[in-house]
Amino acid sequence: MPINPLYAELQWLPHAPKDYSARLKVLAHLSGPLGRELQALASHALDLNQLTKLAKAIGKVRPDANSDGRSLDPLVPFRLAVLSNSTIDLMVPALVASSARHGIALEVIQPSYDQVAQEALTPDSQVNSSKPDAVLLALDYRALPLKLYLGDAEASSAAVQGVIGYLQALRNGIKSNANAVCIFQTFAPPVETLFGSLDRALPGTLRSLIDAVNRELAKFVSGSGDVLLDVAGVAETVGLADWHNTQLWNMAKLSFSDELIPLYADHVARTVAAIRGKSRKVLILDLDNMVWGGVIGDDGLGGIQIAQGDARGEAHLAVQRLALDLRQRGIVLAVSSKNSDEVARQPFEKHPEMLLKLDHIAVFQANWNDKATNIQAIAEELSLGLDAMVFLDDNPVERGLVRKLLPQVAVPELPEEPAWYARTLAAAGYFEAVAFAAEDLQRAGFYQDNARRANLQKQVGGVDVYLASLEMTITFQPFDATGRARIVQLINKSNQYNLTTRRYTDPAVTDAENDPEVFTLQVRLADIFGDNGMISVVICRTAEVEVWEIDTWLMSCRVLGRKVEYMVLREILEHARAAGIWKLVGSYRPTGRNQLVVDHYARLGFTKAGEDESGLTRWELLVAGAAPESAPMKVVSQGFATAKERSHA
Amino acid sequence: MDEPQIYVRLAEIFQDVFDEDSIEVTPELSAKDIDGWDSLTHIRLILTIEKAFKIKFSTSEIGKMENVGDLVALIKVRG
Repeated sequence: MPINPLYAELQWLPHAPKDYSARLKVLAHLSGPLGRELQALASHALDLNQLTKLAKAIGKVRPDANSDGRSLDPLVPFRLAVLSNSTIDLMVPALVASSARHGIALEVIQPSYDQVAQEALTPDSQVNSSKPDAVLLALDYRALPLKLYLGDAEASSAAVQGVIGYLQALRNGIKSNANAVCIFQTFAPPVETLFGSLDRALPGTLRSLIDAVNRELAKFVSGSGDVLLDVAGVAETVGLADWHNTQLWNMAKLSFSDELIPLYADHVARTVAAIRGKSRKVLILDLDNMVWGGVIGDDGLGGIQIAQGDARGEAHLAVQRLALDLRQRGIVLAVSSKNSDEVARQPFEKHPEMLLKLDHIAVFQANWNDKATNIQAIAEELSLGLDAMVFLDDNPVERGLVRKLLPQVAVPELPEEPAWYARTLAAAGYFEAVAFAAEDLQRAGFYQDNARRANLQKQVGGVDVYLASLEMTITFQPFDATGRARIVQLINKSNQYNLTTRRYTDPAVTDAENDPEVFTLQVRLADIFGDNGMISVVICRTAEVEVWEIDTWLMSCRVLGRKVEYMVLREILEHARAAGIWKLVGSYRPTGRNQLVVDHYARLGFTKAGEDESGLTRWELLVAGAAPESAPMKVVSQGFATAKERSHA
Repeated sequence: MDEPQIYVRLAEIFQDVFDEDSIEVTPELSAKDIDGWDSLTHIRLILTIEKAFKIKFSTSEIGKMENVGDLVALIKVRG
């Protein structure tokens, strides 16, 4: 039975790149400070061996280790001493590597095995002399002076106080000798019980003693300036039976399963980063298929899924609820959506089931520009760094773009199933806090959540290079029986990227399919993340002799910004030439929902031929000499009758 | 998995755990032959091997292993 992979494999982080080991080897040869590359490498789901390698590479280049050490800027230095009753050697490299993920250059002071009291209380101990920034008391329940006091409430209480007294003594030693912050861990109780349920209820069982110790410890740490690391909570989350590995304790005195070292190390790293004020502060939400199910531009207010009682809707409501609760504790909310501003605001303003309202959102960026440029604008508008941002998007292409162009923004990987979105965001722990004050409650309001729009100052570079890396394949075919259902669906569903919004039934589509005078296209797009399926439909009818009128041109908004429409025009032109067509004419019929394509033909190089009072515009393109730009995609064109066959029909 | 395949997979694992591309895995290979093969790296090695081959060794089996040959014999029995 594998341990829940979300936690064991840190599934909110992307997989390590194939060149991970190679990049580690060339670290020393990079010019300039190494912090960014280290943080980039660390920001993947790394297993214990990969973490160990990264830590070794950091060890080779860090300045304190050797004279030709390199700067680890902008990672913030932090010296952490670790006191434990268990073997921590396997975990120390994981701590160093995981800290880089959170912007920290960690140095670990590791005294000899099981010298907890000696190190804390002796004034010139290794730990105290090293003047650490913090001391992690990585103790497990075996380190505590506890024995069974079955049913004896008084003795149990005294025993708990005794444990707290012991921890206090350690703290006092560290405070007076090293003046370091103490990070206290809560205790994961052992799995084995004596009675069953009574172990929880009866005083003096190991479980109830440890429960009491954890509660008292939390009280003792609260407001003291020291920090609590809730290891008991982490163990509970993955399951005590998976947390504890008795065989490993027996063999090597490992406190918990080696499989959870990456998770534990990430929690320690988050805590250290929080102490240094590096927790993130802003949650930027995508809208379609994130805050609601479906696409607002196509499905409309009635079609998006947010309703209570609707399975899909509940998943998205959970995302809204988590966002609202985060806002309540001081996290700022923003929106980055590929929609027109007006359409994107509609559910916030009008949908009765929306939990999020516009006045919960500090900055609301809904436009057709790329998300990297928009997120940059959000950061500038809030006067916060990119390293304060978290970006949540269900689309792996958008996630990849932002990770590539704005590497300091945290972009969690998300599973396909929306029911797990909220949990995945929470699991990532971007907003870890070590203290909570009344001011935090007000912080979100300080940013005056009036859903303002940030001006896009300048484009973030590199979008084209990123698109080229997607290894896209575009497939063109004429209408056929296999594609018909999807063609009919697209024709009837598309509202935004739709030039003429002509709705055709199945028989009408079949007619077009079979009519030799009609040129049809069904367009599919696949990329490195998978197959997007059919994303565009074109119908051209022979209007006058040797002129094609573009009756229908529509596209799924999901593939906007990838130059698909240019490749579609190239394909149309190729077939037009083969058929002896000398002119293409097209029209844009405004419907109130397709403002997006008002300049579609202009961008493709058509000349405007006329406009009428309703706003309908007509456009023309001479086939000879038309050379629309190309995009980096592989083109597959199949199923078309040859020109010869066509002209004989 | 047959023996040659086991050795190929083990070579990858050794190279990964020790971060050393030049390691050659032979039946006689043991802890004295590789720098850094201490008791804790041994644990990390065993854990990695268990995960890779989807098997679990018992405490006493781990205690009795003297060289890679013993390890491979166990993998063949378990795998």
